[in-house]
Amino acid sequence: MTELHKIRVEVNGALVERTVEPRRLLSDFLREDLGLTGTHVGCEQGICGACTILLNGRAARSCLIFAVQVDGAKVMTIEGLSNSGAVRHLQDLFSKHRALQCGYCTPGMIVVAYDLLQHLPSPTAQEIRDGMSAALCRCTGYVGIIEAVTEAARERVAAVDCATPVHMTSD
Amino acid sequence: MQNRPPKSWRDAVEHEINIPDQPILATDKVRYVGEALAVIVAESRYLAEDAAELIEVDLEPLPAVATVDMALATDAPKVHDDLKSNVVARLRIRKGDAAGILASGVRSIRHRFTNHRYLAMPIECRGVVSQYDSRSDSLTIWSSTQVVHWVRREVAVRLGLPESRVRCIAPDVGGGFGVKGHVYPEDVLIPYLARRLGRPVKWIEDRHEHLLNSTHARDDRHDVEVAFDDKGRILAIRDNFVKDSGAYTPVGIGAPSNTIAHLLGPYDIPHLEAAATVVVTNKTPNAPYRGSGRPEGVFVMERLMDLVARELGMDPVELRLRNMIPPERMPYSVGIPYRDGVPVVYDSGDFPAALHEAINALGGLEAIRAEQRAAWAEGRFLGLGVASFVEGTGAGPFEGATVRIDPSGEIFVATGACAQGQGHETIFAQVAADEWGVTPDQVTVSIADTGSIALGYGTIASRSAVNSSSAIRKASAVLRQKVFAIAGHLLECAIEDLELRDGRVSVKGVPTMSISLAEIAQAARPGWDHRRPPGMSGGLEVTEYFEPPTVTWAYATHAALVEIDRITGAPIIRKYVVVHDSGVLINPKLADGQVLGGVCQGIGGGLLEEVIYDQDGQLLTGSLMDYLVPTASDMPPIEVIHRETPSPLNELGVKGLGEGGAIAPPVAIANAVCDALRPAGYEIFATPIRRSEILKAIDKILG
Repeated sequence: MTELHKIRVEVNGALVERTVEPRRLLSDFLREDLGLTGTHVGCEQGICGACTILLNGRAARSCLIFAVQVDGAKVMTIEGLSNSGAVRHLQDLFSKHRALQCGYCTPGMIVVAYDLLQHLPSPTAQEIRDGMSAALCRCTGYVGIIEAVTEAARERVAAVDCATPVHMTSD
Repeated sequence: MQNRPPKSWRDAVEHEINIPDQPILATDKVRYVGEALAVIVAESRYLAEDAAELIEVDLEPLPAVATVDMALATDAPKVHDDLKSNVVARLRIRKGDAAGILASGVRSIRHRFTNHRYLAMPIECRGVVSQYDSRSDSLTIWSSTQVVHWVRREVAVRLGLPESRVRCIAPDVGGGFGVKGHVYPEDVLIPYLARRLGRPVKWIEDRHEHLLNSTHARDDRHDVEVAFDDKGRILAIRDNFVKDSGAYTPVGIGAPSNTIAHLLGPYDIPHLEAAATVVVTNKTPNAPYRGSGRPEGVFVMERLMDLVARELGMDPVELRLRNMIPPERMPYSVGIPYRDGVPVVYDSGDFPAALHEAINALGGLEAIRAEQRAAWAEGRFLGLGVASFVEGTGAGPFEGATVRIDPSGEIFVATGACAQGQGHETIFAQVAADEWGVTPDQVTVSIADTGSIALGYGTIASRSAVNSSSAIRKASAVLRQKVFAIAGHLLECAIEDLELRDGRVSVKGVPTMSISLAEIAQAARPGWDHRRPPGMSGGLEVTEYFEPPTVTWAYATHAALVEIDRITGAPIIRKYVVVHDSGVLINPKLADGQVLGGVCQGIGGGLLEEVIYDQDGQLLTGSLMDYLVPTASDMPPIEVIHRETPSPLNELGVKGLGEGGAIAPPVAIANAVCDALRPAGYEIFATPIRRSEILKAIDKILG
């Protein structure tokens, strides 16, 4: 169980090589070995969603995956999504709609929202609620979170409908 | 304990309190599943867990005390061998003669109500990190606590250090809601280990440990009698309740005394007798969680209101209005003491207006009843649930603030509050900015750090907006005298001729004659060539402590329109309305967030969340797969309406609002479900609301 394995993972666009124990959780690997502490750990039971990352482009719970399982895969964490600007607008909308209080769930929420909007470009209100139920928030009652994701979805639809990118105005 | 009740309370309330001490690690006897009995320190969590596997514990099973009935049985095993029994506290409060009224032959009903055990469950679990400096024999503690000064004091006392050598900091805590509002064994154990080992030590709780070992809440059982007349006037209430405290009682009698103090709610009820019996059992300790004893009492009172209305064939809304204290009787003296020993006096507000407003937001009573009748005619079950309550907020005994003006002109504020996402930095910056005529971004706020202010109490009991804001105002007022004195000295004019505007002190009516706060701070500097008036001490820094006279009384009405899903029995909340008055709002958006978050937790407590133990005291809900927390899909449309009646008890007119949202949802929803299923005569006497029971009621109606 403690014999070390060498893994090569693309994390936030950069190739990372490390030796890890096979039992090492991906969440611990990201936070402790790579110092990417934006991935939060809330339950390690796959329920709360605070540790959500993108694995080969889809949302996944990093607390339910061993680091050795992502050998050869592409991992994107909240840091990668933030630094590339991919979730900048979602972050602004979370701020605008007070979609966070303590902020502990927020990195996972943003990744869940990003994944939802990537794969459901024009979600219905119910699809947004159900999709965002992949992560737990204990502070906000989800009201601001749903408003933020709804506005992001609406803007995407508007942007797709127009031939040229629309100027985003805040209402 | 943070505070034992003051003498005035002890004199006014019949009581017997024998709260047992909680050990840092269990010795001789383990009293609940999850109680720590050994500690392992390793260089990684993985190694530590390996080591834990190697520990062989030689435990002899003892008979379990898993319920209050088992605890109160005459031959019950004792949870604490050094106590006389499993009863650790008894409280009794009386006003008027409830027993006499109930015995006088007036109409009355009696019921047993049970509030189940559930818990705060912040998304970030607890954690403590400590570092020891051997050169100065001092400790720094980073704890996810709501009470940094209490942690400092406890660590200092337990480890025999002066408080000045212990610093506790709680930066950016991921949710609290009360569960982080007292000192835990780990808060002392981790600093102890850091000092003993001479190395930094970190402990991060995992979710399984959190469910086992962070405090649970609610969990009481009431036997209640209520007397009333034919017009629907409630005459007397007698409530005997038993609270399951678990193995220890870390915050003493806080929750049960809240239950008693809030039982009568916004109603004018002349006779009360309320008695609490707090018992220990082999369960996780029970401590305050958002509402702390209030949801329990409000569940009892607001269910009773509907039950009495049913007895009389009266609409529950009408019954409430007949008993509510009218605004012209404010301030209203209830005739019982609060936990601070001061008589309960509702300070301001309009209770009936809040009820009317809530009903109107759902379309008005007549329209709701017409829709309900139409629904019944179609075989659908639609109901209205109302819950009105009052809430003592902003509890003392004190909070302090240091206000300083730097030579740059920036305002620095430190206070003992500890934020877990409420937005304290924002509102305290707003309050200070208003005091100094600057913008909030010119204010730096330091909270949750014993290194910033000598004394503090912390963030519990919906108290920080009231206490810290008032302390900031008080310290600013004192500091302003000095600022004006220096400004008068420099501008060569009388202090009375000066005013503060846009971060400058200027001569009234002569805006060109002014001086900036930065210039005044530079003039005030100690040392050579200062420009203070003769005899004045140097610097611009003041610390003041605000000691509130007593609590401010927030109040609210929650109203829910609920339709029952006939197939699953699920209560579907079509709309939920909160009309809430917590005095002057410092920041309405943040206030909304507090109320909405509270309602979500209340909905969870009413419908989803439940801590379950078996008869051996084994926890059966040890993961988030077993303990259900509401998700985005569980949230109904919610409308929050604020009323703003200023409190006369502090200069800002604010009341607290951190907890209110979580108090009423379980009973508002229960009342709506019972109202929907009136054709079956269905009544709820215990939380959580169970779909299985609802389905039975539906079967009864549909035959």
